[in-house]
Amino acid sequence: MADYAIEMLNITKKFPGIIANDNITLQLKKGEIHALLGENGAGKSTLMSVLFGLYQPEEGEIHKDGRKVEINNPNDADALGIGMVHQHFKLVECFSVLDNIILGVETTKGGILQKDEARKKVLALSQKYGFQVDPDALIEDITVGMQQRTEILKMLYRDNEILIFDEPTAVLTPQEIQELMAIMKNLAAEGKSILFITHKLAEIMQVADRCSVLRKGKYIGTVDIKDSTPEKLSAMMVGRDVNFVVEKKPVEPGKVILDVQNMTVASKRHKNNAVNGVSLTVREGEIVCIAGIDGNGQTEFVYGLTGLEPLKEGRITMNGTDITEMPIRKRSVMGMSHIPEDRHKHGLVLDYSLENNIVLQRYFEPQFTNKFGFLKKKEIREYANRLIEQYDVRSGQGPITKSRSMSGGNQQKAIIAREVDKNPEILVAVQPTRGLDVGAIEYIHKQLVAQRDAGKGVLLVSLELDEVMNVSDRILVMYEGEIVGEFDPKKVTVEELGLYMAGSKRKGAEAK
Amino acid sequence: MNKKSSKESILRNDGFQTIVASLLCILLGLLVGYIVLLIINPSGAAGAIKSILKNFLYYPSAAAATKYFGTTLVKASALLMCSLSVLFAYKVGLFNIGAAGQYVVGAGACLYCAIALRMPWFLCLLFAVIAAALIGGISGALKAYFNVNEVISCIMLNWIGLYSVNMLLNKVKEETTPYTKNLSTTNSSALLPTLGLDKLFSNNEFVGLGLIISVLMAIVVWIILEKTKFGFELKATGMNKLAAKYCGMREKTNIILTMMISGALAGLGAACFYLTGVEQWMVQQTSVPSMGFNGIASAFLGGLNPIGAIFSSYFIQHITSGGSYVDKTMYCAQISDLISAFIIYLCGFVLFFKLWLNRYLDKREEKQGAKARKGGEA
Amino acid sequence: MLLLIQYTLIFASVLLLVALGGCFSEHSGVINIGLEGIMVMGALGGALMMKFLPDGTPAIAVILMVIVASVALGILFSLLLGVAAIQFKADQTLVGTALNLLGTAAAVVIVRAINMAENPDNVSTTVSYMKEKEAFLLKIGKFEFNWFMLIALLLLIAAYVVLYKTRFGLRLCACGEHPQAADSVGINVYKMRYAGVIISGALGGLGGVVYITAGVSEWKFENGVAGFGFLALAVMIFGQWKPVNIGLAALLFGLFRALSNVYTGFDFLMKLNIPGTLYNMFPYIISLVVLIFVSKKSRAPKAEGIPYDKGQR
Repeated sequence: MADYAIEMLNITKKFPGIIANDNITLQLKKGEIHALLGENGAGKSTLMSVLFGLYQPEEGEIHKDGRKVEINNPNDADALGIGMVHQHFKLVECFSVLDNIILGVETTKGGILQKDEARKKVLALSQKYGFQVDPDALIEDITVGMQQRTEILKMLYRDNEILIFDEPTAVLTPQEIQELMAIMKNLAAEGKSILFITHKLAEIMQVADRCSVLRKGKYIGTVDIKDSTPEKLSAMMVGRDVNFVVEKKPVEPGKVILDVQNMTVASKRHKNNAVNGVSLTVREGEIVCIAGIDGNGQTEFVYGLTGLEPLKEGRITMNGTDITEMPIRKRSVMGMSHIPEDRHKHGLVLDYSLENNIVLQRYFEPQFTNKFGFLKKKEIREYANRLIEQYDVRSGQGPITKSRSMSGGNQQKAIIAREVDKNPEILVAVQPTRGLDVGAIEYIHKQLVAQRDAGKGVLLVSLELDEVMNVSDRILVMYEGEIVGEFDPKKVTVEELGLYMAGSKRKGAEAK
Repeated sequence: MNKKSSKESILRNDGFQTIVASLLCILLGLLVGYIVLLIINPSGAAGAIKSILKNFLYYPSAAAATKYFGTTLVKASALLMCSLSVLFAYKVGLFNIGAAGQYVVGAGACLYCAIALRMPWFLCLLFAVIAAALIGGISGALKAYFNVNEVISCIMLNWIGLYSVNMLLNKVKEETTPYTKNLSTTNSSALLPTLGLDKLFSNNEFVGLGLIISVLMAIVVWIILEKTKFGFELKATGMNKLAAKYCGMREKTNIILTMMISGALAGLGAACFYLTGVEQWMVQQTSVPSMGFNGIASAFLGGLNPIGAIFSSYFIQHITSGGSYVDKTMYCAQISDLISAFIIYLCGFVLFFKLWLNRYLDKREEKQGAKARKGGEA
Repeated sequence: MLLLIQYTLIFASVLLLVALGGCFSEHSGVINIGLEGIMVMGALGGALMMKFLPDGTPAIAVILMVIVASVALGILFSLLLGVAAIQFKADQTLVGTALNLLGTAAAVVIVRAINMAENPDNVSTTVSYMKEKEAFLLKIGKFEFNWFMLIALLLLIAAYVVLYKTRFGLRLCACGEHPQAADSVGINVYKMRYAGVIISGALGGLGGVVYITAGVSEWKFENGVAGFGFLALAVMIFGQWKPVNIGLAALLFGLFRALSNVYTGFDFLMKLNIPGTLYNMFPYIISLVVLIFVSKKSRAPKAEGIPYDKGQR
């Protein structure tokens, strides 16, 4: 028994209306890398929050080294040597790396912070594991990869023995991922036990010793990686064989719909430009995909394109009309639809009803507003009902449901219904499948392809390489605000794309 | 079963919850007031609370009571307009603490137009509205273009407005007192028409058009917010500024426009009050009149609903006026201010109250559901 | 000229104290719009203490007792904000506004009750403390040094040390910037926020009593503190939430406030023939102008004004 570092036995955690963890057992051996696999919403994060003391389970026990323990808050977890790298980093941006590391376990003398010891320890640790982190740099000034290392150092500084990594690779370049994998193996070799949460099979195959699978809050099983295959894991994860490949007809592009010339957008975070001289075109009947690691200017590019941010330089033409200076509303009316990156931030007014959100881009049209400025509530209701049915948007009370109470997938479907039904010339979709389950992803991919087949232009911005490879007709890679390569998805490998995404390779003039 | 679910649905109804919450706020506010009175002097506390609640009913004769009922209504109509000003801005996510200053500027403009420029009442009204709208617009523009916190800019403008109006009205004050000249003697054409309403209130000559304007405004504000494209945009901007921008609403223009309308409402309230002649402006005032601040109380007490504001404004004014009838040998009139301030404080808890109530209902439902299931299994 | 410096310093002390209070509260993540009301309450505590202290109390005792009274009342009053904003996740602007109205109304009711109890005909809201006030003052030639100037300076240094050099400061700022991060390393966000609000109550209350003793020797509580709490907020924003910058900002604002008290002493200002009311408006106008320039790129604590909910991540 004692060769388990941590055991979670028969854990059940309920939230109003949903059982997030249903009788789940997870056993972590000392010195192993144990992957926890599952789709979004499978209950991985809840389970880890229970282990970390953020939630209390209704049923079940946690054992450490064979003894039963109570973990009521993160302090208890820390005392037991459990540390966690959260998916969304828990770092104070305006603090230095060192301050973030010592936060919560500061040494003081006469009430005054003593940082010298801490600095020495941090430097020693970074040397030991081959990190290159400047302890005095501010978090807001360093890269995402460095921020993650700060999180890892935070655990090591506390001498944690059990390390939880919650989807650590989502924000990294392929090269950074390789470095992280090496670090994890290194840590395991030093005797640390690692829980590695992910939904990426390749990473599990590469680094993990064993893997436990969750599906819809239930425990499916634990397998040894050396006896398993990606196909087997995938089937365990989704419960059926998934058609990863999106079916579509060969591409037949028509005339150019969208033409962006030399777009430059200033950055809010640093002095350099977020988007630097980007030129691209989208034609009728093709899906052009902008691939890249998060934070390489994709967001700002879309803001510039859709009018949310002013351009510093450049020209945008849509169907031959210059729309560079055009307000957002006019672009939309002219035929630009935009599925925004963050559905809560931009896409929806969460406290509005579903029907109000469905007409958010069209409420001002004569069919919904009479000439005195009064809304035609009946027409709005009818229209909303039609879209709800057509796009299968599910909700508690139909058109009058508060959007906030809907599931992420249905919120996204509502946005897609709204943007697609507008019958756009060009559809700009930014990470349209983020945080959705496999079923919803398939559905959304089909919608994108349907738009393309109907002769519209689609500009897809995606961070998921699978999506990039499967859906697009043309791939542009964006790195540090510039397009560094253009590819045909049939002729390029993921590895090749990775090199461009990480900035280690670039094509010059070909990008155009 | 059916009966239960209908009861449940009333409890879950947002409007119903708001009314319950508001009544709770009132009760607790009065309770606190009562406790304070008890501490000051236990012997008269009950009587004092009664006087506050009785207000004009203090007068034994029906005629006098109706007359003072009329005066309370006149003040309540000004308060209603201030509370409309506050709630309109709040719908767009702006906290218009500047209603007080906009009210002051409105008062200054209409009195100056009436006394110095001898304008008829409708022009005075118009200029009051314009001046107040401009002051509101400044806060809006500062917010939209410079990201200046509207609460702080409004407060600064309140003081700037107060001092400016004092300076302006200093030119039209009576020689011997610090008050502005009496409207009925200097320019009776500036007095609002009474439309015969005065007859209903024992010839209270202050009651008139203002009353009708204020109620009308409440309805207009309700219609704008609930029925029109403009209201749709404003509410969307208030709930999610970024989403409003994303779908092409001009959120900056909307912010400025909202603050202008808010200002206009407060200014209109001031005009409807001062153009009745019920009070004169004291040019040495060193604090902003409390009307605008009480507007915050009644806006929130009315559940941020224009129709609710009609009732809450009357209530707040009722107890404010009632304050002047407490036994002055023991207490002071400001006890009413204390109560309404405390009511505003309690309004902060309304959201939590609703959340708590809904959670409680959820839990009960779940339990009942579980029971029903168990019953079924057995 | 000496008078101008004297008034500038004393008003700057007030603004500094209150702005530092706001600074602590906001660094913990709670916007404290209610500073104005807290000041009134602190002023009330101090004024009553001065009124009721027996004649002949030694100066040092007067100073200490007045400070204790104003700080205690300020803290007590700020807890109203703390409970509503931290425990019950109330709208911080609304509750702060309520506090402001409540502060003035309560002060008026209390002072009237006390005045009327002494003399039934005295319905004023004025408390006078002519004699006791002298305890704070130290004449250096013509310059009236006020002990509060020194206290304010010391507290400025203390605030700097606490915020940047201590464990408490580090944790406090973490709660205002990223409460989830603070929580994940075992810091009790609610406790830290209470601490922030309580400190703002203490400093606000102290600022209140300094304000009413600044130029005059009696105070009419009907007037509250004339928007000084809000000026302090403007000072805090101008100082970008940093103690030293707040100190400099307070000096600037103090100067403009002092001008309205002493402009008659300057020949060239008198020659300009600007009405006195305009000088009264000066601080408010200046703060509007200043806000226009600094608000756009403000570095406010990121999580301020957002109630922290443990369940939500």
